[in-house]
Parts: sequence; structure tokens; C-alpha cells
Amino acid sequence: MATGSISTPRDTPIHAVGRAVVRCIEFTGDLSLFGWQMVSWMLIRLPRGSVLLPCMYQIGVRSIPVVIVTGMFIGMVLAVQGYDQLRLMRMESRLGAMINVTLVKELGPVLAATMLAGRVGSAMSAELGTMRVTEQIDALRALGANPIQYLVVPRFLACVLLIPALTAVADGVGIVGGWFFSTQVLGINSLQYWMHTYHFVTAYDVLSGLVKSVFFGASIALVACHRGFNCGRGAEGVGRAATEAFVLAFMAILILDFFLGMFVNTLYYMLWSTPISLL
Amino acid sequence: MDGDRTTAGKPVIEFRQVSRSFEAQPVLRDITLSVQRGETLALIGESGCGKSVTMKLMMALLEPTDGEVYWHGRPVKERSERELIRERLLFGYLFQGAALFDSMNVYENVAFGLRQNSSLRESEVRQIVHERVREVGLPEDVCHRKPAELSGGMKKRVGLARSLALSPEVVFYDEPTTGLDPIMSDVINELILRTRTLRPVTSIVVTHDMRTVQKVADRVVMLYPLTRLEPHASQIIFEGTPQEALAAEDPRVTDFVTGRAGERIQELAAG
Repeated sequence: MATGSISTPRDTPIHAVGRAVVRCIEFTGDLSLFGWQMVSWMLIRLPRGSVLLPCMYQIGVRSIPVVIVTGMFIGMVLAVQGYDQLRLMRMESRLGAMINVTLVKELGPVLAATMLAGRVGSAMSAELGTMRVTEQIDALRALGANPIQYLVVPRFLACVLLIPALTAVADGVGIVGGWFFSTQVLGINSLQYWMHTYHFVTAYDVLSGLVKSVFFGASIALVACHRGFNCGRGAEGVGRAATEAFVLAFMAILILDFFLGMFVNTLYYMLWSTPISLL
Repeated sequence: MDGDRTTAGKPVIEFRQVSRSFEAQPVLRDITLSVQRGETLALIGESGCGKSVTMKLMMALLEPTDGEVYWHGRPVKERSERELIRERLLFGYLFQGAALFDSMNVYENVAFGLRQNSSLRESEVRQIVHERVREVGLPEDVCHRKPAELSGGMKKRVGLARSLALSPEVVFYDEPTTGLDPIMSDVINELILRTRTLRPVTSIVVTHDMRTVQKVADRVVMLYPLTRLEPHASQIIFEGTPQEALAAEDPRVTDFVTGRAGERIQELAAG
């Protein structure tokens, strides 16, 4: 009978899937603990104005140009794509309703958040990752500051407070862009455009879009800061953290959009007893 | 802490069989050592032997995977997060790359600890900041500059000023002369000596610069990389004065302190 050392099992696709599942669970748990610590510190001590305001300026004010461009082109693209479809049904006069409902409920919040995940999320992750690899986060702890209270809480608050405002800007500019293209290029009657908008776009639609953007902002901040704090060594680690921050934030936005969409529709039905078709 | 009868005579910092791994990679194994009040301890060893990890464990910036770290005779683990933050203020830390905050200028860097942890008026903070900046041999007008505008030596000195702002009892120096020219290295060595003269601090210096060790250390501890250590051998291969290190019998110690490749060159040739 042959004797010898036990051979190591071959690495099969099942092992790879298993490792990926374990990594996902570890990541989810770690992110949850990170979020819990952040919420705890937010309740214990809010950041000083001298720390919070620069974050708000970077995240909010400096994102306005890119949000304006994003919003304007969303509105115009919706006009381009919606016009032909509605013309087939001789309903092109309702283009305003279609553009603006889609804008305020879905595309405005989602695309504005996606743009900000790229701009703000990646930047936050890269900044915190650089602080990690240059030991600045350790220096904060050595000097009596809690890194989560000092670095994460102000960024989280800035995102949660300002991303809805930026979404409102994107919506507003998108509405103007859609109107401009529809009436000045496609020849839709302006009065009919606004009449149908008034009849079909409700305050609930606008509010549901803004409420969604609060959750999107929270997810961008949480994921970006978590990736930065846990980045690998060197420039490669920082670069990977920035990429992961965007990808994971984008996935979180899509997943949240789905579940929040279901929730707001169900809530609307419960409040106003009007059946909402999901088809 | 100072003058507390319950802590009198106890080491300031103590490791009892401390081990630390990163994922599956062990870095420190069963380290037992103590640091007495007022001494200057140099931690030396080859790159990758765990010197910086040891220092971060001493300051509870990392947790051991095994064993216990003690501050003034009491396990660090027994302290709450708040106690830990408060007591860590008694330590000053000069990081290897100075770790200055990029978004702040020199003044804001040095003032950070004071603003974060005291209720001093801004005029008092300004006075302390300027004193510390002068103490490390820098002109006051450097306060307006950002870290990116400073040379390596200036960054180290600003980092030292920042670590001294809260008048710590223990100062950690993580490779204080790495990356500096010989003259600036000696400036840093002189600053370490001056700090010890001006205030009653305990100093722990991680370095592989033997000139620094000879100049500033009272006691030397040498660590050896686990990757080249026999399974049950102690990772601390020397503990004594700098003069005893020069006359050590262990060739691993004498090769290191005299800067000879020794057996390592044979390993490289074999590779």
C-alpha cells in the first residue's frame, strides 16, 4: 500500500464560487459593522463646522457643473427617444408628462447618483486610501481623534444632505432641457407640454425621487469610505479602492432603486388606494 | 499617571508573549519585553522583522493576535475605547514618513492634537505651536506651508513638533532618519536627545541606522525575521546596551550592527 503525504485537493470552480460567497459575506458584515460605528459616532458627537463645511463644499458645490450637464442631457435624451414612440400613437403632445415623470421618479435620482458615485465616491475612496497608506489615519488615532468620527461622519452627512439637493438640481435642469428640445426642436406645443406635465407629475413622484436620493447618497458615502479605509498597499491599492468604490456604489444604487421603487409604489397604493400596475 | 503610586516601578509598556499575524502571515511570535520609565530603547532588525508592527502594538494602534500588551501594569484590553483614546494622548508618535495631514498646513498639523483634545484658547494654542516649531529648529514662517512644500527633513521635524504638542510621556520614533541625508539624520538624532533633555520622556526608537542607536539609545533590542528563524527560537536575538551589541557573539547581531552582508551574501549567491 502506498504511503506518503496527503495530496492537496484540486482547486475546482466550486471552490472558487465558495470563496467568492465567503468574501461577499465577509464584506457585507464588515460594511455593516463600519456603518454601525459611523452611526454611533454620529449620535455621540457631530463633526465641527470647520470639518463639515469643506466636505459639503467639495461634495456639493463642486458637483453642480457636472450635475447640470447630466440633468440637461437626460432630459434631452428622453425627448429624443420618447418622441418617436409617442408619435406612432399620435400622443406626442404628452411628451412632457413622459419626460418629467421618468425624470423625477427614476432617471434624475439614479443617473445623478451614478454620476456622483463616480465623481465623489471615487475621490473620497482615493483620498481616504491615500491617508491609509501614508499612515495619516494612524496619526489621527495617535492624536486622539477617532478616524470614523473625523473622516467618515462629515462625508456621510454631506452626501446625505446634499445629494438630494443635487438631484433636485438635476431634475430641474432636466425638465428645462427636455422642454427646450421638445418645443424648440421637435415642435411640441409648449402649453400642452406643461399641461400634461401638470396633470401627470405629482408631488409624491417628486418626493419619492428625492427620498430615494437620500439612500443613494448614504450608500455612496458608506461604500466609498469603507473601501478607502480598507484599501491595499501602495498606489495599486488606492486605485483599486477607487474603482471598487464606484462599482459597488453603482450596484448599491441599482439594488436600492429596485426595492425603494417597490416600496414607494406599495405605499402610494396603501395611502390612496389606487392600483399601481407593475407591468 | 505620573506620580501614581499604583503604577510606580511598573514598566511603562510591557509585552507578554505577544504575537501578531496579518491574514495567514505571522510577523511577531511570543515577544516578551518591557520598557522602563525614562529609558531610550532602540528596536533594531532587518527589514520585515516586525519593528514597526511592534511599535504600533505598543501604542495599541494594532491589536495582538495572541498575548497581552500592558500599559503601566494594566492590560490595554481592559480599557474602554474612551480610556484608550485618553491614555494614548500620553504617547507621541513620529511616523516613518511623518504622516502629516496633506489638507492642513504646518500650523494646523501641529495644532491638531491641541484643538482636538483640549479647551485651550486659540492664542494659547498658537503659543504652544510656535514653541514646538522653534524647538525642532524650524522658523515660524514655515507654519503657513503645506506638507507638499516641505523637504523630507522638514516634514520629519514638523512631525516631531506635532507629536510633542501635547507634552507626551512616551515618544515613539519610527525610522526617524530613513530617507534623510547624513547631516539631516544627525539633526534628527540631536533633536531626539534634546527632547529627552527638555522633558522627562521615555523614548522608543525603531531604526536600522546604527549611528542613531549609538547616539541615542540606552538599551537595544534586536528582532529577527520569522521567515528565517528556527521554529522554536526566540525572535528577540539580542537585548543589551549599544556597546554590548557591537561585541555580541551572535554573528547575526554583529553582521547587522557593523553592516556586513555575512551569511546573507551566500543565500543570495545560492538563490
